[in-house]
Amino acid sequence: MKVILRNPRREIEIQGPMVADSLLRRLEINPETVLIICNGTLVPRDTRFSDDDEIELRPVISGGAL
Amino acid sequence: MKCRRCKAPAVIDIRRHNAAFCRDCFLHHCKEQVKKAIDEFKMFGPDDNILVAVSGGKDSLALWHILSELGYRADGLYIGLGIGDYSDESGVRTRAFAQAHGYTLVEVSLPSDYGYDIPTAASRTNRAPCSSCGLSKRHLFNKAALDGGYDVLATGHNLDDEAAVLLGNVLHWEPGYLGRQYPVLPAADGFAKKVKPLVKMGEREMAAYCVLLDIDYQVEECPMAEGNRHLGYKEVLNSLEQRSPGAKAAFLSSFFSRGHDHFKDAAHVEKGELNSCDECGSPTTGTRCAFCALRNRVISETPVSIGRKD
Ligand code: SF4
Ligand SMILES: [Zn+2]
Ligand SMILES: [Zn+2]
Repeated sequence: MKVILRNPRREIEIQGPMVADSLLRRLEINPETVLIICNGTLVPRDTRFSDDDEIELRPVISGGAL
Repeated sequence: MKCRRCKAPAVIDIRRHNAAFCRDCFLHHCKEQVKKAIDEFKMFGPDDNILVAVSGGKDSLALWHILSELGYRADGLYIGLGIGDYSDESGVRTRAFAQAHGYTLVEVSLPSDYGYDIPTAASRTNRAPCSSCGLSKRHLFNKAALDGGYDVLATGHNLDDEAAVLLGNVLHWEPGYLGRQYPVLPAADGFAKKVKPLVKMGEREMAAYCVLLDIDYQVEECPMAEGNRHLGYKEVLNSLEQRSPGAKAAFLSSFFSRGHDHFKDAAHVEKGELNSCDECGSPTTGTRCAFCALRNRVISETPVSIGRKD
């Protein structure tokens, strides 16, 4: 499956099937810091991805003067 | 996962609520939480005119949308900061969003109206970019709210932002800052009333709100944010949150309910006597306000940038 990461934007290939939670753990991404978007749709942590899915892990943390 | 309210398949899970929601119930949940914050902190009423500071990012666009959906009268204020492609894109997105929803957008441009941009300010002063930027934005937000006759200025600071600021204020034990950190700051002479209606909403929820409504917000980070200390505080708080869901919200809400009162007086003492700025009339403890001092310093060293377009 294709996994899209942002800031900077990049793509990686990971062998599916896999549950969203395990994918985050494998990439060492804190689930608090991303949205999981599978084929353009927002999905929860227990979603099972198949090998032909396109997944975006979109970071949600903004910086700057607060 | 199933939606907590209607048992339909969920689109998002929120660990600190120990709950998941379907699309419609999640959007409903967001509006409820904002309404709750507005009422709990007595931010404004149905007849007030609200100016929302919008950047083109998820928080401010979602805030503007939620306030309008809740029936409040809310106009947007966008400040062009002159940060290259980042500012160009965020301006385009903000204008498109306002137009698509029929909202009124007020615009101010730092380069065209004030003769400098943030990268220049950063390189010509000893300030970090976010510090010159934050100072400029606070001044211009306040000015626009007062000049436009708005009852209140609303900003998109969310739970994560406020928890990060609180951690910073506690790590340095800043009594004055702690005294001023609250979801509502009342109006005072020369200062508009300021409110933070997203204070109960996590950063991740605001991004989800935009994704579910196809709000085309700026996902790319500002290039000048890198190394900003608040990003570090957010990282620390998020690892804590991962181990103990709800930690961030508890840290912040118990400060508001139990801690803030103890620092209230410090906020007044540190402010001291206020005069009017010689140049712009804004309140200041000296003779010239921090904004005019910054601007003078930057444009006196960069005469070429005056009148330059965004
Ligand atoms: S990240 Fe810093 S420089 Fe960039 S817009 Fe935010 S406050 Fe300004
Ligand atoms: Zn539901
Ligand atoms: Zn001034």
